[in-house]
Order: sequence, then structure tokens, then C-alpha cells
Amino acid sequence: MNDFETILRQLERWLEVEFSMKDVSGIARDIAVLPKKDQDFILVWTQRLSAAHVQIATLFASQAPDLTRRIDRRLIEAWVMQSLDAHDCNGLQAAVNILREVDRFVELRHEHTAGIVLDDVRGILLTFARGLSGRHLLLDVSEDAWTDGETLYLPAIVARMENAEDNFILCKALVAMLWAQGHFGTMRVLFEGFLADYPDQDRALLYFNRLETLRLQACIARELPGLFREMKRLADEKLPTIWQVYAEFLSSASASSHDSLALLHESLQSEMPPPVCYQCALRPDAVVARMDREKALLRIKLSELAESLQQQPDKSRQFELKENQTGGTSEMELVLDDMPVAPPDNVKQLLSSIMLDFGEIPPEYLVAAGPGEYDPDLYRATHKDPDQVWQGTYHEEGATLYPEWDFGRASYRKNWCVMREKDVPFVHDDFADQTLARYAPLVRQIKRTFEGMRDEDRLLKRQSQGEHIDLDALVEALSDIQGGSEMSELLYARLYRAERNIAVAFLVDMSGSTKGWVNDAEREALVLMSEALEALGDRYAIYGFSGMTRKKCELFRIKRFDEPYGNAVKARISGIRPQDYTRMGFAIRHMTRLLQETDAKTRILITITDGRPEDYNDNYRGEYGIADTRQALIEARRAGIHPFGITIDRQGRDYLPRLYGPAHYVVIDEARTLPIKVAEIYRRLTV
Amino acid sequence: MTAPDKLLTLTPQHIAEEPYYQATSGEVALFEAAYKHRLPMLLKGPTGCGKTRFVEYMAWRLKRPLVTVACHDDLTSSDLVGRYLIIGGQTVWMDGPLVAAVRSGAICYLDEIVEARKDTMVVIHPLADDRRILTIEKRGEVVHAPDDFMLVVSYNPGYQSVLKELKQSTRQRFVACEFDYPDANTEAGIVMRESGVPIEIATNLVKFAAMTRNLKGNGLEEGASTRLLVHAGQLISAGLTPAAACQSAIGEALTDDADTLAAVLELSSSLF
Ligand SMILES: Nc1ncnc2c1ncn2[C@@H]1O[C@H](COP(=O)(O)OP(=O)(O)OP(=O)(O)O)[C@@H](O)[C@H]1O
Ligand SMILES: [Mg+2]
Repeated sequence: MNDFETILRQLERWLEVEFSMKDVSGIARDIAVLPKKDQDFILVWTQRLSAAHVQIATLFASQAPDLTRRIDRRLIEAWVMQSLDAHDCNGLQAAVNILREVDRFVELRHEHTAGIVLDDVRGILLTFARGLSGRHLLLDVSEDAWTDGETLYLPAIVARMENAEDNFILCKALVAMLWAQGHFGTMRVLFEGFLADYPDQDRALLYFNRLETLRLQACIARELPGLFREMKRLADEKLPTIWQVYAEFLSSASASSHDSLALLHESLQSEMPPPVCYQCALRPDAVVARMDREKALLRIKLSELAESLQQQPDKSRQFELKENQTGGTSEMELVLDDMPVAPPDNVKQLLSSIMLDFGEIPPEYLVAAGPGEYDPDLYRATHKDPDQVWQGTYHEEGATLYPEWDFGRASYRKNWCVMREKDVPFVHDDFADQTLARYAPLVRQIKRTFEGMRDEDRLLKRQSQGEHIDLDALVEALSDIQGGSEMSELLYARLYRAERNIAVAFLVDMSGSTKGWVNDAEREALVLMSEALEALGDRYAIYGFSGMTRKKCELFRIKRFDEPYGNAVKARISGIRPQDYTRMGFAIRHMTRLLQETDAKTRILITITDGRPEDYNDNYRGEYGIADTRQALIEARRAGIHPFGITIDRQGRDYLPRLYGPAHYVVIDEARTLPIKVAEIYRRLTV
Repeated sequence: MTAPDKLLTLTPQHIAEEPYYQATSGEVALFEAAYKHRLPMLLKGPTGCGKTRFVEYMAWRLKRPLVTVACHDDLTSSDLVGRYLIIGGQTVWMDGPLVAAVRSGAICYLDEIVEARKDTMVVIHPLADDRRILTIEKRGEVVHAPDDFMLVVSYNPGYQSVLKELKQSTRQRFVACEFDYPDANTEAGIVMRESGVPIEIATNLVKFAAMTRNLKGNGLEEGASTRLLVHAGQLISAGLTPAAACQSAIGEALTDDADTLAAVLELSSSLF
């Protein structure tokens, strides 16, 4: 045991008390009462820190005795280390700030190690929520968890639980509770409105929410018993007796929101138990606003529909909804003046959303909106929708519009990219010839290999089976029998249909970053590749891409599928020059379309890029660009195309498997080896 | 062909035992009407919703033999119509399954018709209109279909590429019947009966299927079919935990995407 006197003397020396005149006896006293190992821990660190700065050491020593009692030693060390780092990088004040906010540090630390960052699990949670609900829900960040029925709001970081696993369960539980609000009728009651009867509306809402949480818990226990088992582990609550009675009552399968309402008045007399960890907030105004918006939108869509159906505008505006049984399936059908109409997709979505809210479509919802009945602001979402802002104000002649995947909204932005095809300007020089000369031995070898892979329709004779009889073989065999020898069984002819029947599109990065070596390597690679493909006979096309914001997405034609390889193509290859940025989704979507229009048994899309997709000054960076590119590649795959990525990017290969899938990409470390490698890569892809 | 022409044909089999089929709407009556009027049928619907089982059941019910051909992209017209073989030094004509079905007045079921090569359509067309004939070009023979022959084809409009859409000239020859997954109770009954799991588990499997069907177009190309539910049920009956069964029989079968798979598994583990 270090006694008080020894500790005090040590502290006075390290903390330079003779200059500062500070009284450190209080600190020494705090330390003296600790167990020996804690004393040593604090003293060692105080000494070390004093070498950096006395003030740092003092701040540490004064807080440490208390901290050793409540915080893990390693955490304290991490905290001290961080302050030292801060001192080295940003000076004394930075270090002092960290030391002063030890609790903040501990909290952040916990969030880092055990917390769930919403952005990391957004995809899973959204899919989870959509699977549960059958609605095209969105996910967004907010202080607490709540929903208007269209968007689920969750905290950016969920870290209430000890470890990451439990925090993820908490996320799921929150999503399930939000789903339950819609599915089990809480939202409907919010829409009907009941708060007006209560003098203290905020309090009434809190109590109602507490009661509903009890009821929804029981609903989840019935519907999702697997999840509920885990939820119980997170929070095993002890309710006051009267609330236990409420809970039991509300747990019955027949209990509804109206039962919670019925209990509300009485419950307000008691003290409310604290909320459970997965309790969500209720926002009646947001729910009402969303439902009103949908009603308005539906009625406006119906009036558009009515207009397209009726000649005179003074006819009936009341639609009816019927279920139409055909075959084994039932379809919703709208009826106006005895005329059945199949609802367009957006109307169908609205109908099913309203149906989920009310269990039926209230008849007043089916009245087509009259002229001037709705202010456009009413049905437009309060946050402005970029699609709508943009539509109608921007006309693009001769451009093709492509959607883009917005990973934040987890949905497409429609008609988002304005795409144009352009020709690469000719540069008539000897680039192609020089390349061929430089790589002459390689070119010869490539040609030989590829010619060997070329297959023409051949009649294979003397086969053990086939659609034709090989008459020559048969005649021989018959005479063999007559001669007394055994008959061969190889008597068939078979048409060997090994036509490769492959169409391949090359999509080449023409972004500004390819300037220099990469651009040269790309052009050389294309020359060699064209030679190889000519030898092979596969159909191919070459396009370059680049973009500058979504309104200037450009695809540069270098060779179309039906264009022969000749001087024009060579001059365009030579003319490839770096342009702007790497917006990639639209390019993949367009190539997918071109490939689909080509009749081939196997369709391949090979992208050659020098790094991750990125665009100038809009959000096509980082995760967004990768997510859109990934989505475009998924679409391509669905369309029966095999995408393959060749990347010259030494830094970030981490995103490649997510884009292309494992084994569907290669990374080339040296740009200059691209021309040598590309033909071999293609060969391996198609043997 | 100068070689002596012996003919070999298979006799299509009758279905001895009543296959279990749970009718979902008027499909049985529709099929019988088509049969009576010698009209070919087109069954549309997602994979694994009971089309094949339905045809088996109808063949049994109408007491006709059944010939099933699963079409694939290498299926040529010879595979349907037949080819010459050499047996014991003699050339022998071997009827293909379609011809065998026509000759014996069977029901011929061409599964996933769009997968077949285009030249097969040429064979089917005259058989599917009121001529009801089949030409065997190599033999110079025309076979007239007897009244009890029936052609049934299936087609999944859901996820095929633009190149594989059924041509109008083909589809307009058929009486179409649309199939979909049965309603929840019926489907649970089917799963229970086919896999032997208790009703609670079957009900939960069907709920899980509904969740995955919610995700169609939102991460999944298709939701879980009745077939996959039956598979999962069979694994559970064999002693696997529901979570493991859902993962292997359903989740992994639906997607390779790690995030989507994780979410789908979360859904199933929430249910059980
Ligand atoms: N209505 C039903 N009655 C009985 N069993 C059914 C029914 N629907 C589906 N099944 C079950 O689902 C399984 C798959 O059905 P089936 O093989 O008929 O599907 P399919 O529609 O032919 O699919 P595909 O298009 O993939 O060929 C059957 O083996 C059976 O177990
Ligand atoms: Mg089938």
C-alpha cells in the first residue's frame, strides 16, 4: 500500500507543484484510499502523462480515482491514449477537451463497439420491414423511432444495449413495433383522433402509447414469436399491479386499439411505468398528414382516370371497387358508370396502402376530385421530391432517360439520368498500327489461340448417337457384318452446334482520371481485343462512358455491334480522350439495353474502369455511386447478361466483390499490363 | 431414307393413383371443358405453384396417360418428334414423346415451353389449332391426333427475358388458365399434407412465404413458392429446426445477395 505521504510527494514532483502552486493533496487523498493495483495504475499513467504536459497529467489524476471505480481499465487507457493523440495532432486544448468529457468518450466508445449504425443495417432493416408489411416503406433518421406509415424513422445509432448483437435485435424490435402500429390498428385510431377529449393531450398520448405498447407486444408475441423471445430478453419488465391487469386485458387476441382507449381514462389516474426499450413514439399529426396526402392523391388520380374515360365532364365521379375473379387470382378493379377499368400501378399502390390502413377503401375516397378541390401542396409530400421538381421543367430532345438507384431512399429515382450517345471523334493516325507492331508476337499468339476457339457448324460423323445416320459408317458396318466381324456402334452423325453465339460489349471508362497511362493502356487493349475478337468471330461493341451530373451522361460510340472493324473504328479508338467523371449506372443500363436487343445465346458486358464510380458535385460519390452501379449490374444480370469488371484500381478493391459478385472481376495492378491481360481474361471468361 | 423402316413407340403410362391436388378455383372445370372441345391449354403462373401437379391430377381424372416433357434450350424438334436409331443392324424409327402421346391419345404436357428452341414451335402449331395434325418430316408421315389427345403447355410470364416471350401466334392457339399461389389456408393445408408438418408450422411457413412475396421486385426476383414451402416442411419433418430448414430450403434458394438473404432469414427467425 502506498501511503498518503508518498503519493503526495510523487504527485507534487510530477505535477510540478512548486511552479503552479496547486494543491494536489485532495487528489493524493482520493488515490490513497484505493486498492494498490488501482493506485499503481493511476500513478504510472500520471507520470507518463506529465512528460507530455502537466495539465494533461493533472486532469487525469484528478478524475482517475473516481473512474477506476466505474469504468473498465482498458477503456480508461483508450481514453488517455486518445487525448495523447489529440495532443500530438491538435495541441493541448484538444487533449484537454477529451479529458474533460470522459463520459462523452465512454458513450461514444460504446456506440462504436456495441452500437448499430443505421446506415450499416439500412438494407437489411428495410427489406425486413417491407417483408413484414408488404408496403414500399422508406427508412430515415430521427431522434426517436416513429412512423407516419410511409417512412420508418429510427435513430442514427442504436446503442442502448450492452453488445452489438442485442442492439441489432433492438433495431429489429423497433421496426417490428412500427410495423405493428400500422398492422394492428394503432394508426387508424390516431387518424380518427381522440385526444381532443383530454385536457392534457400530451400526457394522454403518452399513456395511450404505453397501453398500446402492451397490446402490440402481445400481438408480436403471437405473430412473430421468434422475435418476441429475443425482445423479452432485452427487457423483462416489472409492471405495477394495476398495469399488469391492463397488460393481461390487452394481451387477449381480440383486444383492439379501442380497448386501449377504453382504459386510457382510468389509467391516467395511476403512475405510468417507464417505457420499454423498444417502445416507439406516436406522431398523430404526421400520420394524419400522410393519410390525407394519400387520399388527395388517390382522388386526383381518379379524376384523371375519369377524364380519360368519359366524354362529358358532368357524369358521375363516384368510383366503385370490385374484386374480379379470373382463373385462380383476384384482381382489384375500379368501376365507373358500369365501366370496369384496371387501375394503373400508382393507383393500385395507393389503394393497397389505404386498404392496409382501413381494411377497406372508404367510399368517400373513391370520389374523383373536382376541379380546384385540392391545392397541389396538399398531396405533394412536404419534403420536396426531386423527381417532381425536375419533371416538366426540363425537356431533353434526343436523349434517353434512365432511372438511378438511390440507396438512401432504397428506391429508384425515375428518369433521373439524361443520356446521350455520341460518336468519338476520329483521329486518323497510326496508333492502331503502332500498337500492333509493338505487340506483334503477342498479337500472333492471341490470333492463334482465338482461332482455335472458333467453332463452325460441323457434321460430326461416327458418333454413338445423333440425329442423322452416318450412311458411310452404316454401309461399312453392314459389310463388316457380312464379313463376319463385329459391327461398330458408331453409326450416327451429329450436327455440332457449338456456335459460340456470344455478344460482348466493352464499356470503357473515359473519366478524367484515366488521363495518361490508363487512357493509353485502354486504347491499346481495345486494339488488341478487337484483333482477338475478329479472329474469334464473336460479335462485339465498344462504348466509352463519362458524365458530369445526371443531366450530362454521355456514352461514346466507338464500335457498334453491327459495325465492321476497320479504319473508322481504329480511328475512334485512337480518338478516345478522358472526359469528365465516372457516373456508371446509366452506362450499364444502356449497355444492358443494347445487349438485349442483340440476338445471342450468351451476352457479356465487360467494364474497364480505373476506380470507383464518382461524379462531380452531386451525391454520386461513395456509397451512393457504388449502390447505383451495383443495382444496375443486378438489373443486367436479371436481363440474362453476364457482367464482368476489369479494374485498374490499386487502392479500393473492397467494394468490387459487392459490385460484381465474387469471381466476376479482376484487379489489374499496373495499368500498362492491361493490353497484355485483357485478351486472356476474355478467353477464360468464354471457354 | 432407304433402310427398312421399323417403327418403335413407347406406350405412355396411365397414372394409377389419384395424385393429391387441391383445387383453388375453377381450373378443374375449365380443363375439362377444354378437353371436351379438344382445345389445347396454356397454364400460366409462377414457378412451383402446382401446375405440374394439376396436369397429373387431370390426367388421372380424365383417365388419360400423361407424357411430360421439360423443355430446355437444347430441346430440338427431333427430341419431340423422334429420330432414327440403328438396332441390330436395322434402322428403326423411334417416336419422340410428342408423337407417342399423339398416337396413343394421351395428354402431352410441355413444361416451360418458351425454353425450347424456336424450331419446336413449328411442330406444335398445326397440332394446337383445329387441324390437330403432327407432321413427321423425316418419315413423310402425318399423324392425326385422336379426340382424346390433349396438348398442355406451361409458361411463366414472370421472369423471362424479352427474347423468351411467347409469340402471339403461339399463345392465341391456347385456352389460358392463370395459376397463382393458393390462399393462406389452402396453402397451409397443402404444405401440411405434402410434408407432414403440424398445422402450426405449416401456417408459419405460409406466413413466411407471404413476407418473401412482399419482397418481389424489392430485392427478390420471386417470392417463395409452394414447392419451397413443401421442401422446408419436409426438412422440418426430418428433424431440422425451422430456422435451418427455412434457410436451406427457402432463403438460399431465393437469393445469393448477402443483405437480402440476411433480411429474409431475420424474417423467418422472427416467425419461429
Ligand atoms: N394445389 C396444389 N395441390 C397439391 N399440391 C400442390 C398444389 N400446389 C402446389 N403443390 C405442391 O407444390 C409442389 C410444386 O408444384 P408443381 O411442381 O406442380 O409446380 P409447377 O407450377 O409445375 O412449377 P414449375 O413452373 O417450376 O414447373 C408440388 O410438388 C406440390 O407438393
Ligand atoms: Mg412444373
